[in-house]
Amino acid sequence: MSVPELTSDLGAPVAAAAAAAPAGSRPTIGAVWKALAGVPDPEIPAVSIVDLGILRGVAWDTGDPGAVVVTVTPTYSGCPATELIMTSIRDALTAAGLARIRLEIELAPAWTTDWITPEGKRKLREFGIAPPDGARAASTNATIDVAGISPLRRAKVAVPCPRCGSKETRLVSQFGSTACKAQYRCLSCLEPFDYFKPH
Amino acid sequence: MKHDEALFQYLLRLGDSPLILAQRLGERVGHGPVLEEDIAQTNVGLDLLGQARLWLAYAGEVEAGFAAAGRDEDQLAFLRDAGEFRNLLLVEQPNGNFADTTARQFLFDAWHLRLLRALAGSTDARIAGIAAKGAKEAAYHAERSGDWVIRLGDGTDESRAKMQAAIDDLWMYTGEMFAPDATELALVEAGIAADVRALAAPWRQHVDAVLAEATLKAPGETFMQQGGRRGVHTEHLGRLLAEMQVLQRAYPGARW
Repeated sequence: MSVPELTSDLGAPVAAAAAAAPAGSRPTIGAVWKALAGVPDPEIPAVSIVDLGILRGVAWDTGDPGAVVVTVTPTYSGCPATELIMTSIRDALTAAGLARIRLEIELAPAWTTDWITPEGKRKLREFGIAPPDGARAASTNATIDVAGISPLRRAKVAVPCPRCGSKETRLVSQFGSTACKAQYRCLSCLEPFDYFKPH
Repeated sequence: MKHDEALFQYLLRLGDSPLILAQRLGERVGHGPVLEEDIAQTNVGLDLLGQARLWLAYAGEVEAGFAAAGRDEDQLAFLRDAGEFRNLLLVEQPNGNFADTTARQFLFDAWHLRLLRALAGSTDARIAGIAAKGAKEAAYHAERSGDWVIRLGDGTDESRAKMQAAIDDLWMYTGEMFAPDATELALVEAGIAADVRALAAPWRQHVDAVLAEATLKAPGETFMQQGGRRGVHTEHLGRLLAEMQVLQRAYPGARW
């Protein structure tokens, strides 16, 4: 379980909230994170919502100390999994004994694949999905290069095959089985695979 | 016009174009030229639909500030008539053949990407947040549609002829993308809206670069049809809405 590493990212607010909470009757913030680390992404069940970095915060409500506030930043604007994820979070918190739950969606700052944890990237690769190349996440935010606009040229950046590791791969389509993935084909083992696009 | 009313109108403009284009792309489910592109174009539609929901949900909240009751995103999408829609004329044009669908997407994406990037700097934090998220999606859309213009333009004689005809046919709907009205300019002044006039030159540079690589010609000076911002649409929008809205019109409030 990689919870300590994950919470370090959001360490200050989490620690502050935990300190403000009276001990005893309710679970610790760390325990809530742990419970939510068991919530899988509905479309890629190999990774959890914590692995994907879409769970942004867990805290006790300052106005209502018995209520937990969970903040989520969805991946894509049109991600059809968002509603199911919210339901799953509610179910997991209820199972952990929490009765009063407030779920908040936070759009800014926008979710980025840079928030996928190293653990999450490893799980993606094992699942057969090439994880996003961190160096390219920044490039999608840069001013678009008009001269180099063709993805066929962009695709020259090698995406290693998650099955055989070969760097001889080719982009088939910029959009794969979901909006967040592109379709590639490995020219060495000839298998098709998904690539989680830098975003 | 009061501030809230102007903002409401502006949010409808931002939301209606992606909504209508998403519906057009949805019509193509199962009709893509190859499986991968069938999936790709509907994924683009899904992104646009998600963006439309965010804009229209906000529009409804703003509307509640000056009208008796604000409408939610579903009421705004399913219960307005054509004259109340504020989308660009470009996006309501029929799918036609794959070159027509591609040209429409390309001309829109090159504009939409820059619009969203400009809006990411809006003084309205909600607009800035939605736009910053959408801009990342639009960058992938623009790459894909530009790539297809190049593939089809610099392809066979037939694909080249179809791609050129599609660009020529749709060109007259690109002028209104860069023509703000007084409502919009007041919001530009307030730092809320993006000044679309400033997008014209970079859009043209982008389009020209792709067309050149596709061995296609940019059309010359031509009459530019306008009207989307005022709710004056081509005849195609009514038919699109008839299909999009039929369920809510026949069974008001239906849910599943």
